[in-house]
Amino acid sequence: MRTFIFAFFFSYLSMISGQVMASTDGIHLDEVEVDLSDKASLQRGAKTFVNYCLSCHQASFMRYNRMAKDLDLSDAQVKENLMFASEKIGDTMTVAMRAEDAKKWFGVTPPDLSVISRSRGTAWLNTYLRTFYIDDTKATGTNNLVFKDTAMPHVLWKQQGYLHHDEETGHLTPASEGSLSSYDYNVMVADLVNFLAYVGEPSKIQRLELGKWVLLYLFLFFLVAYPMKKAFWRDIH
Amino acid sequence: MSHTVDNSKRRFLTTAASVVVGGAGAAAVAVPFVLSMLPSAKARAAGAPVQIDISKLEIGQLITVEWRGKPVWVLNRSSESLLTLPKLNDRLADPQSDTSSQQPAYCQNVNRSIRDHIVVLVGICTHLGCSPTYRPELAPADLGPEWKGGFFCPCHGSRYDLSGRVFKNMPAPKNLVVPPYHFLGDNNVVIGEDAQGAA
Amino acid sequence: MFSSLMGWIDARFPATKLWEEHISKYYAPKNFNFWYFFGSLALLVLVLQIVTGIFLTMHYKPDAALAFASVEYIMRDVEWGWLIRYLHSTGASAFFVVIYLHMFRGIMYGSYKKPRELVWLFGMFLYMALMAEAFMGYLLPWGQMSFWGAQVIISLFGAIPFIGDQLALWIRGDFVVADATLNRFFAFHVIAVPLVILGLVVAHIIALHEVGSNNPDGVDIKKFKDKDGIPLDGIPFHPYYTVKDIVGVTVFLFIFSLVLFYAPEMDGWFLENANFVPADPLKTPLHIAPVWYFTPFYAILRAVPSIAGSSFPGVVAMGLSIVFLFLLPWLDRSPVRSIRYRGIYFRTALVLFVISFLGLGFLGTQPVTPIYTLLSRIFSIIYFAFFVLMPIYTSLDKDKPVPERVTFK
Repeated sequence: MRTFIFAFFFSYLSMISGQVMASTDGIHLDEVEVDLSDKASLQRGAKTFVNYCLSCHQASFMRYNRMAKDLDLSDAQVKENLMFASEKIGDTMTVAMRAEDAKKWFGVTPPDLSVISRSRGTAWLNTYLRTFYIDDTKATGTNNLVFKDTAMPHVLWKQQGYLHHDEETGHLTPASEGSLSSYDYNVMVADLVNFLAYVGEPSKIQRLELGKWVLLYLFLFFLVAYPMKKAFWRDIH
Repeated sequence: MSHTVDNSKRRFLTTAASVVVGGAGAAAVAVPFVLSMLPSAKARAAGAPVQIDISKLEIGQLITVEWRGKPVWVLNRSSESLLTLPKLNDRLADPQSDTSSQQPAYCQNVNRSIRDHIVVLVGICTHLGCSPTYRPELAPADLGPEWKGGFFCPCHGSRYDLSGRVFKNMPAPKNLVVPPYHFLGDNNVVIGEDAQGAA
Repeated sequence: MFSSLMGWIDARFPATKLWEEHISKYYAPKNFNFWYFFGSLALLVLVLQIVTGIFLTMHYKPDAALAFASVEYIMRDVEWGWLIRYLHSTGASAFFVVIYLHMFRGIMYGSYKKPRELVWLFGMFLYMALMAEAFMGYLLPWGQMSFWGAQVIISLFGAIPFIGDQLALWIRGDFVVADATLNRFFAFHVIAVPLVILGLVVAHIIALHEVGSNNPDGVDIKKFKDKDGIPLDGIPFHPYYTVKDIVGVTVFLFIFSLVLFYAPEMDGWFLENANFVPADPLKTPLHIAPVWYFTPFYAILRAVPSIAGSSFPGVVAMGLSIVFLFLLPWLDRSPVRSIRYRGIYFRTALVLFVISFLGLGFLGTQPVTPIYTLLSRIFSIIYFAFFVLMPIYTSLDKDKPVPERVTFK
């Protein structure tokens, strides 16, 4: 009976694991490896982020000096390469564009990207940034496979080039060459998504670091506590 | 002997009186606390009418504006879709908009609107208050071949047509609410106010 | 020195008496098994939630314009804020895991039966208070799920005939879920409901210690006592169960830490993805589902179709699904407590009940489809049949003989 109960609970838990992410209209999402210990990848992602995303999107909860510390950069390096003149190192990543202007230009206010990796998921971001295709009916000239009718233009067109969408097969094929090979572009996006994952939860670095020590401590405590229980219960039959 | 009977009677009466009077006092004290949780004067005053420009509203396009903290939709329906609407009547719960609480009297008509093409609806599902999704496409895979465009509530699957009329056997009991509104000239809608004055 | 100090205190406050009655001379059955860890674990999680909650209120802002950002502020800018917040959010789910297992234990071993009816009732009130506490706490991060979850649940009250609309308005304090709602939910979450919970915990424990603990055999250990009046099958709670519970706590904390440090969102089950989008009163997320611990009841709500233009029947069904739990002590007619000596009818019924409860829990997380609606209806019927038919199948059941003394299995 007891084994039955445990087997039952276990199979139930494995059945329900993995809740549905935000709806994607059945488009397959390409997973991407998130590795916050890969500082080089995070630094490349940060560079892409400040150059291409930060002009419209904010990450208004993310501080530059926190980023410097977590990405193994000095404050001076961040100031020189990743910041614009007017900001202070303790500031968060905000943009000068006013929300009302943005709304006028794009029809929507570009969302804050601080926690976008946690609401959309990294696989979604990785797919979204790689599946812009030509669509002349749109004001931006492009559409997107996972985010239909997105108001965002294909910002990285110089790197990726433009893609053509085949209505029949649903496949994307290159329509024009970009400056990067498809492999290099995928790496660029993967680095950017890795950085966004970091921005979504900077404390994750500390969390993973602390976790193993807490578990080790609890294991050691168990090695003391269990014999204590045994010693007390020796005379109970 | 009669003295004790008197006294127990007196005790009972005075206790009963104290319970009644004291209970009334306690209830009276509770009143201000309970009433303090009602919407404040500030919340009640926030219902000012909203004016929007519809000159750029294309056919089939829906815009959402905020009125009293709720989403209000303004939708420009095509002539074709207006023709299909009466054909849905058998499948609707309240095709003639008989429930008077769901729209002002001047919208209790075939198209539930003042101008035929422009419909104004409070975008809150009458079931449990989610905001339905505008689904204009015909017969999409998830909504089935009978779908002629309308609104679909993601929370519990209620379906409405393009006039906000609810289909039969849905979790939602009533049609979507049409708020009081009127037109100001050709291109402006004022939501939250009848033509005669404040709602 | 110590004994004279205790003497001084005991003459003024019954410290020694309380210690002996509830800890060192509280005789618990010696055959407690795995399932008996969850009572003390619930107490541990309660303390954890209160302590972490106090520290969170030092940084959190119960204001619709500031709430979402203040949570991220805690997660990023406050020293160790992320740990305290994850302890609290993981603790909420852990609380329900522990409580559901604790309740299942009670049903399995008949712990609600005479003379423990009040222990069960206080426990059920605790469960309800805990649900209110969790529901109101979930609004506070002011994400999309917070907002629309609250909108749906408060609208349930609106479905009550006649007074519904006024009642929902009174709960919200505004025409929609708004700043006023957030502010009052904060007040309820941090002070009103916790006070109720603490009071009920005291009542639950006092009632338990008055009648004594049940055990996996469901036998009454007070029948056989030694010459000093101590039950032969009883052992003092301290030190025996304190040292045993310390082991249980260690194992629990190990599993808890695995989640806390390596999967605090639990793949969207403990912290939902949509709750990382700030509340938007104009846009409902495409797929909304309550947090996992409410989903069985949510599935029952959705399973019931609206009748005569009113969604009230679904709300009633959802309410009844909890009311029936309160009635368990009086629905169960069997003289036998423990599942070990129950007949085949109760055993089967309990298995079906657990399957339907878990099934409903799964369906409550899923979007509405015709198949899922049908399944929800079948599981809802099984759920209610477990209670409604209980007086019949428990009287007909062929129970096995119950031993006189406890056994070790």
